[in-house]
Amino acid sequence: MGSLQLKSIRKAFGTHEVLKGIDLDVTDGEFVIFVGPSGCGKSTLLRVIAGLEDATQGSIRIDGQEVATVPPAKRGIAMVFQSYALYPHLTVKDNMGLGLKQAGAPAQEIETRVSKASKMLSLDPYLARRPAELSGGQRQRVAIGRAIVREPKLFLFDEPLSNLDAALRVQTRLEIARLHRELKATMIYVTHDQVEAMTLADKIVVLSAGAIEQVGSPMELYNHPANVFVAGFIGSPQMNFIDAGKLGESGAKTVGIRPEHIALSRESGDWKGKVVHVEHLGADTIVYMETEATGLLTVRLFGEHQYATDDVVFATPDRNSMHRFDANDRAIR
Amino acid sequence: MAKATQSPIRSGFVHLALIAYTLIALFPVFLTIINSFKAKNAIFREPMAVPTPSTFSLVGYETVLKQGDFLLYFQNSFVVTVVSIFFVLLFGAMAAFALSEYRFRGNTAMGLYLAIGIMIPIRLGTVAILQGMVAANLVNTLTALILVYTAQGLPLAIFILSEFMRTVSDDLKNAGRIDGLSEYAIFFRLVLPLVRPAMATVAVFTMIPIWNDLWFPLILAPGESTKTVTLGSQMFIGQFVTNWNAVLAALSLAIFPVLVLYVIFSRQLIRGITAGAVK
Repeated sequence: MGSLQLKSIRKAFGTHEVLKGIDLDVTDGEFVIFVGPSGCGKSTLLRVIAGLEDATQGSIRIDGQEVATVPPAKRGIAMVFQSYALYPHLTVKDNMGLGLKQAGAPAQEIETRVSKASKMLSLDPYLARRPAELSGGQRQRVAIGRAIVREPKLFLFDEPLSNLDAALRVQTRLEIARLHRELKATMIYVTHDQVEAMTLADKIVVLSAGAIEQVGSPMELYNHPANVFVAGFIGSPQMNFIDAGKLGESGAKTVGIRPEHIALSRESGDWKGKVVHVEHLGADTIVYMETEATGLLTVRLFGEHQYATDDVVFATPDRNSMHRFDANDRAIR
Repeated sequence: MAKATQSPIRSGFVHLALIAYTLIALFPVFLTIINSFKAKNAIFREPMAVPTPSTFSLVGYETVLKQGDFLLYFQNSFVVTVVSIFFVLLFGAMAAFALSEYRFRGNTAMGLYLAIGIMIPIRLGTVAILQGMVAANLVNTLTALILVYTAQGLPLAIFILSEFMRTVSDDLKNAGRIDGLSEYAIFFRLVLPLVRPAMATVAVFTMIPIWNDLWFPLILAPGESTKTVTLGSQMFIGQFVTNWNAVLAALSLAIFPVLVLYVIFSRQLIRGITAGAVK
């Protein structure tokens, strides 16, 4: 009851092309996340799906139905905005029920659906309040509740957690994951935060400069990035990229190795270097070192380690976890 | 807040300056009102003195209320002002919404064209307006005044309101679209309540010149049944004799309706409802 097909979607503002031919299939019940740096077109793509922007070209099918000319309210979608976008003059209850009221649903049905959604999000004590009387987290829950009440085929989230503080962000993230399990609805979610993408998604769509770089499950993207961009974007700290020539590797231009796939030792190893900076995070220790063979190298060690600036250390990469990229930055498999 | 960092001397000077300004601004009004309660020779002998039992007189008010149809003049002024404000706000807000919300060819040019009205005084076109009104058979009607005042108020209204409407969150309007609100519903139910303070500002700026205007009532509607208060007061100013009691009393009375309107609008200036809509 909630599939989505995009075929060669293009969107241009004047002569500036923001989306350069997007093809994507989303099956029913999937949680898909669009991720990419700012300005990559992910929000625009979401707006095109919602019908808030018209695509310059291409076809959008929701449940097999072409919706390119259907107004947003009739597409069977609901959207949660970064800025909450609650109606300031309506109570929480009326905020959630407005869409149904506008569609002409009977009062009885509105009542049951609103109370069901408010129970799901524990908003019952706030139903009579106005948005101004709620905290940021509560407001975002109301915005999510407003989407649930519509019982849409597609949920669209536009960076819903960006305005929340760190603790609330984690909590709301769990809430959204739980909702997805309970509602079994198709959700499309835009974020620039790769942690949100990795933790929530069934399928991640990495976008860059208006084009899809790679589509896959979080672990696929982590283990088998299709190109240098995806390899660098997914994973934190960022993957180390080393000129293949320096390592004597033939048949590749760049070699990538994730910081967590490098071992450090004071005695011996492949690459000798000097520690430049150390970050102690408790669970992890991040060591930045300068080696002759590779240049600046980031190493992530689990647990606490007593390295200090200017220590001489040896780094050894896990050869099986190395990624090799060709001259066009594409992965060699 | 800021109080803790300010020395009492500095804030004292600020208050002194503000009080002085208030006195200067209020003095003519004060003078008008006290003299309207005095007998004629007391007005000329001691114009600055407050009315005492010996100089107190209501003769001005008696003249105003007896002579001429002042209640009707008040009604005319009130109708013209209120209806003009209504149209200025309605059409101004609609045009401002279109200019700020929709991308269409010639948007900027249209905005500039509408703003030019701020720079060119409408009185330059008086002769043409009069000819038009004569041709349309609207001379000596309140409609003529309302039309002119609406045109006069629109440029500033559009200019101010379109700036304010640009600040209304796009997400909020989009949320309305997804919930199935029509563009009209978005305009009337989401955007207008959020720009209420700006609407009140525009209303005040529009209201005062209309209420005080003498030019257009004199030219377009000088008939007895369509006189406004400002025009009505003029009949006490003669070429040889001026009935100062009556003029001052009429002006004092004319202050109050506009004061009431001002209080109504300025209450709207207080923000509050907008907080918490979007972050």
